[in-house]
Amino acid sequence: MNPDLLRSMLLVFAASVVGSFGAVFLKFGAARLDHRLLSFVNRQLIFGVALYLGSSVFYGLGLRGGQLSVLYPMISLAYIWTLLWARIFFKEAFTRQKFAGLALILLGVFFVGLGSG
Amino acid sequence: MSTSAAIPALPSGAVARRRSVALVFSCTILGAAAQLLMKIGMGPHHFVPTLAGLVTNYPLIGGYFLYGVNTLLLILALREGELSMLYPIIALTYVWVTLLSYTLLGEPPNFFKNVGIATIVCGVAVLGGGKRK
Repeated sequence: MNPDLLRSMLLVFAASVVGSFGAVFLKFGAARLDHRLLSFVNRQLIFGVALYLGSSVFYGLGLRGGQLSVLYPMISLAYIWTLLWARIFFKEAFTRQKFAGLALILLGVFFVGLGSG
Repeated sequence: MSTSAAIPALPSGAVARRRSVALVFSCTILGAAAQLLMKIGMGPHHFVPTLAGLVTNYPLIGGYFLYGVNTLLLILALREGELSMLYPIIALTYVWVTLLSYTLLGEPPNFFKNVGIATIVCGVAVLGGGKRK
């Protein structure tokens, strides 16, 4: 496999993992919000935002390598990780509705990737 | 500065669910606008890699600003909704980016992209469309 594409794929894979953890920490941090604006400044939210930004940097670097048809569907791996983490950390149930919705979304992103060449 | 009652109290049940889906929905519109502005700002007409060039690169600054607001809305949404239900809805961003690229950037419509965005819309409808067993 062409080493540039492999590098891009690793970057986008990393972006999907880091981004999914970003979402987990945003959720942890969101639970600590109260009626004060300053409650936005809490450790979980700061860490979550940092991971979220880090993920978009990896994503941007990865996408520069082109081959969007491969890379676009890969970023949506983040949705699968998030489904797992949500069950582990927040005891959110796996439901048929979530699996069906997610499957359609993954298929859709795959097609958008195909069309992006 | 008074900051009391700056963040509204939480509604419960179906109202909270609908509200969190609406918040993520607006997130995706802002996210798409942010991506488009960043793309314009990074383009040859606007991007000047000096400090003066960067602080007057309004599309790029606007893009980052919208990205910030987008993150804020996502946090508010996550406060009241399920992560596993809300997070995949962010894929709607692809739909808006594709439609905006057609209309604003004049990109030619593409069959696979059209099938893709239609499928994503169906997936989001399934996820966000209310409780079923």
